Amino acid sequence: MAPQSERPAGLGWSDALVGSVLLAVFSIIIAWATRAHPYPTESGGISLAWWRLPIYALLSWLRMAAAYAIALLFALSYAYAAAYNPKARRILIPLLDILQSVPILSFLPVVLLAFIALFPGSRIGVNLAAIILIFTGQVWNMVFAVYQSFTTIPRDLRESALSLTLSPWQRFRMLELPYAMVPLVWNSMMSWAGGWFFLMAAEMFSLGSRQFQLQGLGSYLQTAANRGNWLAEGAGLATLMAVIVLMDQLIWRPLLAWADKFKMELVEGDRPRSAILILLRRSVLIEWFQAQIWTPLAERGDRLFSRTLPTMRGDPVINGAWSLLRILISAGAIIALVTSLQGALHLIMQVGWHQIGLVVLATLATLTRVLVALTISVLWTVPVGVFIGLNREWAAKLTPLTQIAASIPATALFPGLVALLIHLKGGLETASILLMVLGTQWYILFNVIAGASAIPEDLREVTRMIGLRGVKVWTTLILPAIYPSLITGLITAAGGAWNASIVAEYVSFQNHVYTTFGVGSLIAQTSQQSRFPVLLLATGTLSLTVVVINRTIWRPLYDKASQRYSLT
Amino acid sequence: MAQIPAPAQVKTKQAALVRMLGVSKMYVQPDNYDILILDDITLDIHPGEFIALLGPSGSGKSTVLRIVTGLSKPSFGTVLYRGRPVNGPNPHAAMVFQSFALYPWLTVQQNVELGLAAKGAAPAVRREKAVKLIDLIGLNGYEDAFPKELSGGMRQRVGFARALAVDPELLCMDEPFSALDFLTAENLRSELLDLWLESRIPTQAVLMVTHGIEEAVYMADRIIVLSKNPARLVADLANHLPYPRNRKSSEFIHMVDQVYKIVTGWDEDEDEAVQLTEDAPARGDRPRLRPIPYGHLSMLSGLLELVVDRGGTDDLYRLGAELFLEVDDLLPVTETAELFNLAEVSEGDLTVTALGRQFVEGDVNDRKAIIREQLREIPLFRLIDRVLRSKASHAMAKEFFNDILEEHFSVEEAERQLMTAINWGRFADLFHYDTDTELLYLADDQTGEMVPVALNDAQES
Repeated sequence: MAPQSERPAGLGWSDALVGSVLLAVFSIIIAWATRAHPYPTESGGISLAWWRLPIYALLSWLRMAAAYAIALLFALSYAYAAAYNPKARRILIPLLDILQSVPILSFLPVVLLAFIALFPGSRIGVNLAAIILIFTGQVWNMVFAVYQSFTTIPRDLRESALSLTLSPWQRFRMLELPYAMVPLVWNSMMSWAGGWFFLMAAEMFSLGSRQFQLQGLGSYLQTAANRGNWLAEGAGLATLMAVIVLMDQLIWRPLLAWADKFKMELVEGDRPRSAILILLRRSVLIEWFQAQIWTPLAERGDRLFSRTLPTMRGDPVINGAWSLLRILISAGAIIALVTSLQGALHLIMQVGWHQIGLVVLATLATLTRVLVALTISVLWTVPVGVFIGLNREWAAKLTPLTQIAASIPATALFPGLVALLIHLKGGLETASILLMVLGTQWYILFNVIAGASAIPEDLREVTRMIGLRGVKVWTTLILPAIYPSLITGLITAAGGAWNASIVAEYVSFQNHVYTTFGVGSLIAQTSQQSRFPVLLLATGTLSLTVVVINRTIWRPLYDKASQRYSLT
Repeated sequence: MAQIPAPAQVKTKQAALVRMLGVSKMYVQPDNYDILILDDITLDIHPGEFIALLGPSGSGKSTVLRIVTGLSKPSFGTVLYRGRPVNGPNPHAAMVFQSFALYPWLTVQQNVELGLAAKGAAPAVRREKAVKLIDLIGLNGYEDAFPKELSGGMRQRVGFARALAVDPELLCMDEPFSALDFLTAENLRSELLDLWLESRIPTQAVLMVTHGIEEAVYMADRIIVLSKNPARLVADLANHLPYPRNRKSSEFIHMVDQVYKIVTGWDEDEDEAVQLTEDAPARGDRPRLRPIPYGHLSMLSGLLELVVDRGGTDDLYRLGAELFLEVDDLLPVTETAELFNLAEVSEGDLTVTALGRQFVEGDVNDRKAIIREQLREIPLFRLIDRVLRSKASHAMAKEFFNDILEEHFSVEEAERQLMTAINWGRFADLFHYDTDTELLYLADDQTGEMVPVALNDAQES
């Protein structure tokens, strides 16, 4: 997603505050995780029989759906609070900014251990850990999109709602939610794509010889690769693709077509169509549901919330209770913060200079890998993307293909990739960079295509008329024109690459652990060996590195791109 | 002023629908320099009145409207509705917006029902009432259409129906016809006037913000003129022309001319006003920078050429009508002409000065030289010039000037002032501006002391 140009580059005090809160929360989770000693091994007992595939797909899908439901509720409430409560905004927005740039997967080992400790001996812990991880992977771009919509509602629409004296609930239902609907649907699609990436990783994570397996497509794929059963691997991938294509056809396309009515533009343009949606809209059953259940329910909800919400605010008793509660909560939060910061400090104190050096070196090694992956992606996607973007006929043929290719989460391909490359010299090194490329190239490709196809025809004609050729065309027209979209793609891609590094650097294959030096493998190793001080330091350093790079490099680049090279 | 009101005044006080008492509005800046938008507005709105609120753009007309409806709170003063203070959106007032402000995801019917739903009316009651209003406003058959399927005029009809659905006692309209084409607007004006004059709507008073003088004279029976920076009441005129009004009649034209003189003439009073506010304790600690009008220099040249062709003097109202320019578009240009001493405005007439003639007769470089000379007299440009000269690098960040301007204007206004200044400065070759680095700077040929105009001319020709 695009960084906010309204916020300045560089780090501020609020970032420091938010960072320390995160550090504190993280050390609480670590404290939990330490109790998990020794962990019972969780094994899903994956069977490679083909008839199990639909069940595994369903289980994986249910995990995704649960995480998405939580993410949706969270996104709406978080964005609402951030948009309409100035006090909350001061904390929520920097927090959001950091959370969305932190590589979520770096928390995977610790969160997994903490949840297993919470529910010892049952599979609930692993399931919850997976759901929470998917949730944290899905939610931030949704929060961001909804928040942006809420804050950009045109003044006239807002004032008309106020002058018609709509209640806060009615405003939410009639104005705020509909206004946010189009970005919300788009970002939900993105979140699901990202969710598959995390799900595959979360289902089949292993620490040393201990495997934390959940029944699902991700662990199926890993088991198949582990056993060298390529037929099953292929079947698993085909099932995953089928699920993704079905989702696209049955859910996203109808939803997008439906959301079209929430677009603000008052001109009738090309509307996305969906046969499924038309079918649904014409169905008698849906009509009955709308007339008999939905409308009365909405009516009742209006009445209930319109009456109770404003009166609650005015009631002095409830007001008093509220402020008391608020004081209690903030007091509790401060105490918890101080204690856990103390704990974090205590943990960090145990770290020696040698280990700090190790963490820094590991971060640099991973950074190098990320840069190599980005460079490879840019080198092939820019020419291809520009070619597709500038040629309409080719674009029509290639776009569906690239979309299907992009829909496969890179982590699903990873077990197969490892099985192929692991026995070669430097095999994991190659495999990890390849995984990063797989996970990141599409963001760049799609953005480049979008940028290239937006180059106005008259600019291209002028370039032809004044006789520019070859390299000159690229330096004067194409590169400047695609620059903003390229930067946008790179920012998203870099985030994906950091995430991929965690699963890419530490692999357990056929009961043998393969690692390559980097911060990802350091995190996995230290959490397995319960070296929590180093784990805390490594995770903190990784997050800080990513946030600092975002603020000092990407955001200024983006701001410059959107001002200087914008075509509009 | 403690004064015991006479019995007659007590009567009018009770009868007034809305009373604005000493209402001022400050725009609170992030850096604690507050900008005054409305200054001490006192105004009564009585039942039966159709009031047009006239003023140049940026004069805070819309702010008055928003304070009357309770959408915005005054910084000082009170608003009474039927004798009670207004806190929050007034349920007896309804608003019609220039941009229509329809909800694109709701049908015409749902849009009209919205206000009734807010009041908790039952679905059946809502539907019946909405259908009746959609009929009244001439949109029957379009109940299930979405706003994007309607033309601009039809959309504004929905806007009216939605406002009227709640049976408002006070109908507030924020430039309701500005976004419509000429014929549609004219049609809608007369239809609304019919509804109002024949009392087919329960509305007791109408308050319309407009920048169209003709529109105000055509529709309203009371015209209130505001000044800008900050907005004060300049004039309060009764308009007793009988309905239906004929735009071609001499009385009508006379009235329009009279209002035109007031609108273009408040400028002279403002100088005194600025003097006065400098003594005011709130801002006494710093002298006020006067805003420069944001006139396009190419429009300025065009206007002056036209007036010179016609003998050097022309009626502003006629000029505006011929050029299809509302006062709002015309005024910045004439203000710029006055600022540069190229023309003078008095009694609604624009007269080109000797310098103005020289400007018109000169070529592009002469014109640049004249503007350059004039710019040197304007405080903002003197400031820029002084700062740039005093720096060894002859360059200064745009932000620096922005910060200075934000002490005098709102954030948006400061940005606009600076962009206009940069435009003029670039045109007059007074200084350069680099968009990439956001630096204002002097090139080598600009760093010298003031170059006499004649010398410059000789070089050019």
